[in-house]
Amino acid sequence: MDAILLQILNGLDKGSAYALIALGLTLIFGTLGVVNFAHGALFMLGAFCAVSLQKLMSVSKITIDPSQLDFLGNPLKVKTPYIVEWFGPNVGNVIIDWNVPLSIIVAIPVMLSIGYIMERGLIKHFYKRPHADQILVTFGLAIVIQELVKANYGANPIPTPAPDQFVGSFNVGALIGLDASYPYWRLIYFAFSAVIISAVFAFLRFTTFGMVVRAGMADRETVGLLGINIDRRFTIMFGIAAAVAGLAGVMYTPINSPNYHMGMDFLVLSFVVVVVGGMGSLPGAVLAGFLLGILESFASMNEVKGFFEMLYLPSIDQIIIYLVAIIVLLTRPRGLMGKAGVMEE
Amino acid sequence: MSKFTRRGLIKTSATVGAGLAMPTFITSPLAAYTNAPTGGSVTLGFNVPQSGPYADEGADELRAYKLAVEHLNGGGDGGMMNTFSSKALKGNGILGKKVEYVTGDTQTKSDAARASAKSMIEKDGAVMITGGSSSGVAIAVQGLCQEAGVIFMAGLTHSNDTTGKDKKANGFRHFFNGYMSGAALAPVLEARYGKDRNAYHLTADYTWGWTQQESIQAATEAKGWNTVNNVLTPLATTDFSSYVAPVLNSGADVLVLNHYGGNMINSLTSAVQFGLRDKVVNNKNFEIVVPLYSRLMARGAGENVKGIFGSTNWHWSLSDEGTKAFVKSFGTKYGFPPSQAAHTTYVQTLLYADACERAGTFNPCGVGEALEGFKFDGMGNGPTEYRAEDHQCFKDVLVVKGKENPTSEFDVLEVVEITPRSQVEYAVDHPMFAGGALGKCNPGA
Repeated sequence: MDAILLQILNGLDKGSAYALIALGLTLIFGTLGVVNFAHGALFMLGAFCAVSLQKLMSVSKITIDPSQLDFLGNPLKVKTPYIVEWFGPNVGNVIIDWNVPLSIIVAIPVMLSIGYIMERGLIKHFYKRPHADQILVTFGLAIVIQELVKANYGANPIPTPAPDQFVGSFNVGALIGLDASYPYWRLIYFAFSAVIISAVFAFLRFTTFGMVVRAGMADRETVGLLGINIDRRFTIMFGIAAAVAGLAGVMYTPINSPNYHMGMDFLVLSFVVVVVGGMGSLPGAVLAGFLLGILESFASMNEVKGFFEMLYLPSIDQIIIYLVAIIVLLTRPRGLMGKAGVMEE
Repeated sequence: MSKFTRRGLIKTSATVGAGLAMPTFITSPLAAYTNAPTGGSVTLGFNVPQSGPYADEGADELRAYKLAVEHLNGGGDGGMMNTFSSKALKGNGILGKKVEYVTGDTQTKSDAARASAKSMIEKDGAVMITGGSSSGVAIAVQGLCQEAGVIFMAGLTHSNDTTGKDKKANGFRHFFNGYMSGAALAPVLEARYGKDRNAYHLTADYTWGWTQQESIQAATEAKGWNTVNNVLTPLATTDFSSYVAPVLNSGADVLVLNHYGGNMINSLTSAVQFGLRDKVVNNKNFEIVVPLYSRLMARGAGENVKGIFGSTNWHWSLSDEGTKAFVKSFGTKYGFPPSQAAHTTYVQTLLYADACERAGTFNPCGVGEALEGFKFDGMGNGPTEYRAEDHQCFKDVLVVKGKENPTSEFDVLEVVEITPRSQVEYAVDHPMFAGGALGKCNPGA
């Protein structure tokens, strides 16, 4: 039972990242009709907002300490971050330690702007082109962004830890009489994504802006004829989708140290999530994200792997998502919650 | 009237003569092997990951190669050439020819690595290929070099198979292997953690992971440990939580991570997040072991490596003269100490050059013969031997531990023990290395 509870939590956690990325993908597809293969790169850029802030905060004053030697036997250059200099060691170190939560504040405007620039600068020229062209250009963009990040930050993962208060794990199982400890930060990640997902839905449902966007998604032409500048709103939606992916990336950094190809790792699975959920369906994307996350976690359990190996299906953990995607698409060709008419013209 | 003229005769005979001479030129002793250098220079091919997950290791390897070329051509302070026991290298290139190099990007993929090695051999005329940061890649390129008739000086490759079942006459490995890691680590683990331990292995699902896991399991079981489980994880895994979670209730009190690079950083981070290191199982503190350590990776894992045992081929903090000379050259040129990947590739380049000098030729068969059974010292690992039977270097192995109180960003590992060569040596026909044969050296052409 403990193991099952842990794998459900793992699944929800993985599902959170899938759902957040898939939500953005669906938003962009639903509003602009663009299949955005650069969305994984936006997730990665979000994570690198945290890395950059960490780098920025560790910019140091260098003093030479002749009493200590470096590896070449020269006097040691002691680095003291300016933040520690300015705020004193107590406050300064806490600020540095709280890098990841602070990065959220930085990431929102940064990612909104990146999304805005990306849409106005590149994507808008591809609205009337076939989906294949859009895929090629966004995929190319993703590779360019990846290589830029690698050139600046290197290829190895960069540790970006959570604040000290959230290191360690919490016995979730104890709440229901079991023994299952789960890392604090992963619980926070799940809660955070639940908040973001709810906020996006609330924004679309309860604001006038959201209502116009939804109307535009349903019938762009009519909304345009009513004198509403729907393109501008869709551009903003692109920015919001980029920010959602970016925030997912920022919060993900303490779970796995970010590296330049983390976006690609998530992109393919997120597309499967979107297709299983139903192209263009926001609730479908979220539902499928969590569902596939949980499935993936269970598939990596030894008992499950062993069972499938007996059925001559080794490494089920690697193929389960695709297997389920095939089954779902065969039985429900529009995905779990897909609507008629999307991608079917 | 005949058009036969003296001028015509000379022309015709010159043409025929040139035609007849052509095959002789091609098969002349000058070109009795692939890419025999003809001008005043010789080209070496450095095949390292310049993109992909091991790109940072590849970058460090490339720095070391460039430094080696500089030293061979008489530049810089000479580095380990001053401490190397063989004095055949004079700082005037190799056999009087200036050393030049070309680089290729393996992308940490076997097919890309073979393609770039092939291009360096066929287009750039490389007479030797060296590099690699993954055993899958190294084995693939070693096979290609054997067919093409050039020497392959393996870089960072730790699978038993590289000098085991996949060994080749044209391939040589200075780096240590999984078996040696197991043999060096097991006694230290026994001394620190006791005989009665239950180990759970997470293993990268490819040649290196399999052979290392097999080696560590055998070595620890010989010390009385029990192996609870071995779970193979796909190389592309980034989130290891679903593999780590089952460890919690498996009854295991040690987790062995047969992972390298990004895999190691991520699996170790997950294990620490799940509180494994704070757990007490079977009345013992839960422990984590990372059999193959790399400083570059340890730095990526940050705080999480503190106190964790592993093994390494070399470390910059060693105090022998060879290490000091190399760290000084490398550190002065680049501003930070070299990694074990940089060390092994630098040493391999010097060893190759030295073998050419001693053999008096670049012919792979001559070079191979000079390397086989070659004993040397002064290269940072103490007395070392290139065993003739399998082209594996035998030397001491370092057992290291993540440092509790690092003094700098480079100071993440501390050397716990230098395990002597005798303890990590094995017979050529040891079951873990059995199958396959060196075969005959292939000079190509």
